[in-house]
Amino acid sequence: MPGLFGYIVWIVSCLLEAGVVVCAVKKKALRPYLFLNLYMAAELFASVSRYNILHQYGLSSLQYRYFYYYSDALLTIFLYLALTSLFSSVFSEMHAEKLVKFGAVFLLCATAAFSYAVVYQSQARLLTHFVNELSQNLYFVGLVLTYVLWAAVLKLRETRTRLIQLILSLGVYFSLFAASYALGNLYPSADSVLQFLPPLYGCFLPAAWAYAFWRIPEDARLAPSRLAVIR
Amino acid sequence: MAAFILACSVIFLLQFFISYCRSLIAASVREPLSQEVQEVTGMTRAATEEEFARVVQLLQLCPERPEERGEISLIRAYFRILGVIRSTLARIIPSVERWASAERGQCTHFVAVVLGRRIAFSRNLFAQQMSG
Repeated sequence: MPGLFGYIVWIVSCLLEAGVVVCAVKKKALRPYLFLNLYMAAELFASVSRYNILHQYGLSSLQYRYFYYYSDALLTIFLYLALTSLFSSVFSEMHAEKLVKFGAVFLLCATAAFSYAVVYQSQARLLTHFVNELSQNLYFVGLVLTYVLWAAVLKLRETRTRLIQLILSLGVYFSLFAASYALGNLYPSADSVLQFLPPLYGCFLPAAWAYAFWRIPEDARLAPSRLAVIR
Repeated sequence: MAAFILACSVIFLLQFFISYCRSLIAASVREPLSQEVQEVTGMTRAATEEEFARVVQLLQLCPERPEERGEISLIRAYFRILGVIRSTLARIIPSVERWASAERGQCTHFVAVVLGRRIAFSRNLFAQQMSG
């Protein structure tokens, strides 16, 4: 069973995830950012389900491990859809939504096929290894796509502060997770230490999104060129 | 593959984190410091990085507004990271030192703006108690 620290982090992340949807409803941002809110609702649902399975079967059970990794892979796909909706939002004036959706589905399938091809070479523990490899690759592809989106924001001079903050926080989140999965794959022996990190920085994204919905008005504007590290 | 992903993730993380913190600070940069804050902090010219610790100490003396707790922690983390960048990367690229100092000055300005809001908040609370 997780210790007091684990429970506190779990409760905080659940509250923050629910907080995102509540803030979005209160500030009338539910429909414009529907996929982001759907992802947060799915995160909350997964967190509560994980808690139930944890209490039924225990932390070291096969059932919990399978549920954890599979729900994580599914949530990554949900997050991927949220990212696609941000792309659509940035490219809305160029009427390139169809192209963005086609590109996202193609990349998703390509990442899954690539992960399977990598794992297929080592047949042992095929399924769990595949899910782990898929998560790492999906987070990395998500990170690269977020970087491309950020570059597009700078190039197209997108000024909506809320949208900019949502994209940047997503970039931080993807980087943290991609780095964490990569570290786990590089040093499997450090898994006991690394397993505490994802829940901790899993709190960052809901906190940042709740802040963006609650504190940043939809009509707030910002010059993105002021934020770029490399100009 | 994992090593490549790790290296790229760390570089992207730094860029996104810096840009995110700058987006938080951006709104306060245009906000001038109130007369009260200038008197309390002694800041008459543009905020400098050396004043950061003192302004944070003053901030901690004022009643906290819950919605600002996360912002302040993040900006403090950003201030420290900039310090690390200055003491490492700036030795190789000298122009980074000037940039990091300017950024840390903006962090100070941000905290001073929050201090101004807290002073106004405390004054309102006091006025409400007196009238009630």
